[in-house]
Amino acid sequence: MKTVTRIMRYVLLDVLRNRWVLGYALFFLVATDALLRFDGTGARAIISLLNLVLLLVPLVTIVFGTMYWHGAREFNELLLTQPIDRSSLFHGLFAGLVLPLSAAFVAGVSIPFLLHGALENPGALALLLVAGVALTAVFGAMAILVAGLSSDRLRGLAASLAIWLATTVLYDGFVLWFTIAFRDASLERPLLALTLANPVDLARVMLLLQLDAASLMGATASVFQRAFAGPAGLAIALLGLSLWALVPGILALRAFRRRDF
Amino acid sequence: MIQARHVSKSFGAIQVLRDIDIDIPRGEVTAIIGPNASGKTTFNRILLGLVQPDAGEILFDGASIIGASAYRERIGYMPQAARFPENLCAGDVFEMIANLRGTSSGRDNELLATLGLAPVLCTPFRQLSGGTRQRVNAALAFLFQPELLILDEPTAALDPLSSSILKDKIRKERSNGRTFIMTSHVLNELEELADNIVFLLDGSVRFAGRPQELMAATGEGGLERAVAAVMRKPTIVCSEAA
Repeated sequence: MKTVTRIMRYVLLDVLRNRWVLGYALFFLVATDALLRFDGTGARAIISLLNLVLLLVPLVTIVFGTMYWHGAREFNELLLTQPIDRSSLFHGLFAGLVLPLSAAFVAGVSIPFLLHGALENPGALALLLVAGVALTAVFGAMAILVAGLSSDRLRGLAASLAIWLATTVLYDGFVLWFTIAFRDASLERPLLALTLANPVDLARVMLLLQLDAASLMGATASVFQRAFAGPAGLAIALLGLSLWALVPGILALRAFRRRDF
Repeated sequence: MIQARHVSKSFGAIQVLRDIDIDIPRGEVTAIIGPNASGKTTFNRILLGLVQPDAGEILFDGASIIGASAYRERIGYMPQAARFPENLCAGDVFEMIANLRGTSSGRDNELLATLGLAPVLCTPFRQLSGGTRQRVNAALAFLFQPELLILDEPTAALDPLSSSILKDKIRKERSNGRTFIMTSHVLNELEELADNIVFLLDGSVRFAGRPQELMAATGEGGLERAVAAVMRKPTIVCSEAA
């Protein structure tokens, strides 16, 4: 654990000094401030912000993560020649990547809320932050899995963009097609499964359940609300997101431990 | 100090090392030479734990290194070119590696001083030239007074002055009992420094012994010509290790 913390400290230092991360924090700062000015301080601003978070957090995390991991490959090799085991290095690098991105997101969103005194719905704001951090962990894990499996930087980038496009844009289209194509059948269970099968949908549902606005966001969210109203739905969404971070993370660790550098 | 026995490694269909045996004696400079893709970098990488061999065993003072990590505390490594995190400074990296290794063995700051790195310790790597980064690499390899130093083309990216400082340091540390494994295409340089030569060709050891023995076997007066002779006609040398 000590080794993991030591590695994480320096990766964190490097990522925090990265201009893209600072720009990312600044973007959320400006966008949140603008939404609070135009949409008011209620649930509407949080829903507008949620749409931004669901698109942007996965995109920035998976692209930045894949590029950073590829760029750090030679330095990681140098670290692997030190008396540390591969698992510790992996965990240190992963935490060093996800923590500053999460911190940039949390700071960028929460500072304008605090400055505007827009704390009428603290539960929803907290959950928005949790959703953003969870998506950072999920897409951070996917980024290192992609970077670990692709030795070519451009192919890695292409795969990352494909994952982002599939989970944020194409998936909604697929769900819509599925709903229309099987409109005569009972869709509750399949739609529930489809929600669990996409981390972006899970994050969306998690927040909409809290805001009691599921009907605004399509079929999967309302089905989820009917099936898992109350804390159980929240728990399942959180569990699903944790699994979405854990499974690619474990696969990436496995690949990292076996890999020839 | 190091005994490699029956080590084989392939990447896909390409067999890089074929059942090789190599001994690295303590307190001497062993040069691993051979043409491109002969397997020398792969052997070093196996020694460092970066590559897992398909078969065989490598012993470091009698203990297997396969799957282990603690033995690397005794190794200093200078890669041919290392890219450091762009936003960190050399000082950050020295501290980071010191933290990871522990500082029980003390530090050897001699190269840091003689290579003139003090003024750039707080400069981010993105602002440093390739040559300066390579000087950082050299200083880092020696910093923690390791017993074994693995230097991969150590002078390739260095200016003549830095190269000469590094070679003096290698001589000095060899006389202090440290062990070196070096790869280089500059054979005149190896002739100056190497006590032993391991010559790899197509993943097999073609020769292992003193440079003078290789020159005698080929009838050539210099190491460069002797190596060229083996590469032209691989059958002319009877390897002592093969």
